[in-house]
Amino acid sequence: MNINPEKHLDMYYQMVLIRRMEERAAELYQQGKIGGFLHLYIGQEAVSTGLIGARLPQDRVITAYRDHGVAVNCGLPVNAILAELLGKATGVSKGRGGSMHMADTSRNFWGGHAIVGSHLPLAAGLALGDQYANKDAVTICMFGDGATNIGYFHEALNLSKVWKLPLLWVCENNQYGMGTTVEHASAVSEIRQKAEGYGIPNERVDGMDIIAVYDASSKAIERVRSGEGPYLLEIMTYRFRGHSMGDPERYREQAEIKKWQEQDPIGIYHSYLLGKKIASSDELTGIEKRAEEDVKAAEAFAQTSPEPTPEELFMDIYVD
Amino acid sequence: MARLTMREAISQALWEEMERDSSVFILGEEVGVWGGTYAVTKGFYDHFGAGRVKDTPISESAIVGAAIGAAMTGLRPVAELMTINFAFSAMDHIVNQAAKLHYMFGGQFVLPLVIRTVSGGGRQLGATHSQTPDVVFAHFPGLKVVAPGTPEDAKGLLKAAIRSNDPIMFIEHATMYQVRGEVPEEDYSIPIGVSKIQRQGKDVTIVSYSKGLELSMKAAEELARDGVEAEVIDLRTLRPLDMGPVIESFKKTNRAVIVEEGWKSFGVGAEVSTRIYEDAFDYVDAPIKRVAQKEVPLPYNRNLEQMALPQVPDILAAVKEVLNG
Ligand SMILES: Cc1ncc(C[n+]2csc(CCOP(=O)(O)OP(=O)(O)O)c2C)c(N)n1
Ligand SMILES: [Mg+2]
Repeated sequence: MNINPEKHLDMYYQMVLIRRMEERAAELYQQGKIGGFLHLYIGQEAVSTGLIGARLPQDRVITAYRDHGVAVNCGLPVNAILAELLGKATGVSKGRGGSMHMADTSRNFWGGHAIVGSHLPLAAGLALGDQYANKDAVTICMFGDGATNIGYFHEALNLSKVWKLPLLWVCENNQYGMGTTVEHASAVSEIRQKAEGYGIPNERVDGMDIIAVYDASSKAIERVRSGEGPYLLEIMTYRFRGHSMGDPERYREQAEIKKWQEQDPIGIYHSYLLGKKIASSDELTGIEKRAEEDVKAAEAFAQTSPEPTPEELFMDIYVD
Repeated sequence: MARLTMREAISQALWEEMERDSSVFILGEEVGVWGGTYAVTKGFYDHFGAGRVKDTPISESAIVGAAIGAAMTGLRPVAELMTINFAFSAMDHIVNQAAKLHYMFGGQFVLPLVIRTVSGGGRQLGATHSQTPDVVFAHFPGLKVVAPGTPEDAKGLLKAAIRSNDPIMFIEHATMYQVRGEVPEEDYSIPIGVSKIQRQGKDVTIVSYSKGLELSMKAAEELARDGVEAEVIDLRTLRPLDMGPVIESFKKTNRAVIVEEGWKSFGVGAEVSTRIYEDAFDYVDAPIKRVAQKEVPLPYNRNLEQMALPQVPDILAAVKEVLNG
């Protein structure tokens, strides 16, 4: 796939922006400014950046609770993401959703969903909506490896094939569901094999290499758009941090984490951009600085934003 | 007596029952290597092994369904659902299977099954992860629902639940694992379906359970400073519901406040107050008041969440109203 230099630099910016934002979020959590659960996307940035980088504006994105990075890639301002994490009225979900429940329909981001696997049938419905209305939109549904063990996954995949829905299923295989490895929880070690059972074409992709993710995603999205029905990508990745904040991480060795950190997706992209002479080292440093400043500014916005008023507790319970 | 946390008391009950009876085993998400997401089963995996402390995939319906099947063969599974919010993913197995199989097949199937799970809000987890839907499960005949409010009761009731031959939902509260209390050293169990007077008083009856008990006891202390002696009754079990001590207390105080963390509509307060009206109408001196969660899905924002949850001042206000009523 041909990616123009501007697009490359934008994707690099997005990956660094996610990294800086998540690092800052971790600090804010430790200071007690963010409550509840906080599932960081650090280590997995190439997955959603490459994937969503390949979508068209009409394509919908829906994911699980590990959603801050996905939100950035969908074009949500970091202002509104950090404000949501701080529970402010200016947050994407007006401070009601928190880390796990972010959405912005104006940017075709259909949420962050916190019950494992529960959003997969919803994705089938989103795709049905587009199919019904004869729109050439694709629904991109992201979920974890652990989510493929719950019934929702199987019902939704089956339905998507039976109805030939315009759906791209994307499993982010970070090799753990909380502390449980894929080997311990899944009957097949390659998640993509589960798609075989439903006659859904599929492939496995290296999720530390954004170019590989972007290429595979572009092809898959176009294929689904052509009306052939669903497709499944299994994107191999690794989360560098705990499942959520405060994870004792008794289930994996430091050495394993180290090994994966050596394949940092941002580092890999950095080398690629230099190697292909797409950008100079100074340019990339400039982008990194910009991302850092943008996160700072966003945090200032979030910190100074107002809390929701008490009346807001009772808003949006019903439409009618 | 030892002073234990709720976590320690529950953990001890599980440990001792597993030591006592080899047919008792645990299954659930992250119960083994991780040690339980609330650290209740920490150390179990190393001691009892993977065969009796079974980590499962994220498959709530299979966890409960397989536990039911295993129970039907005579084993005594303790299935753990990480939180009660995920019990909705296992609802068919809880409601259509666990609650019905013994009755529907003429008593042939016996299900010595415990489903341990964790209820409650107050931790800024947002609407999907903060519910206290205990009453939902109490709706179904055939299922028993236990929800302790003290470490002593937690240990004794969990032991009774594991020894029982009926399917039992055992509901712990997410913000009570650090609560401390006296727990007997010797082996003991507490019968399921018996309410308990946790504090004696003569002026007003406060009925509650689980987290609501903690709040009610605090409220009772404050009331005592103003010279009001509240009698606090802990239901401990929602089904079967033991109204005996409640009615007895009400006949003495003639005034009642019912406290629960879940939503008010169709809740514990609705059930208990109706039963008081049915069984002790002549003793009513003031309309019974209910303290419960505001009728909204719980928000993430800390202030809003706290506003929505029942608090001690809400109980004090309700008590004042029934005293003046
Ligand atoms: C139905 C349900 N069961 C259990 C949980 C608790 N839980 C939250 S995340 C998680 C692990 C999910 O793993 P995976 O799908 O691989 O996603 P990852 O966290 O690795 O991104 C579990 C068990 C839940 N949220 N929903
Ligand atoms: Mg995973």
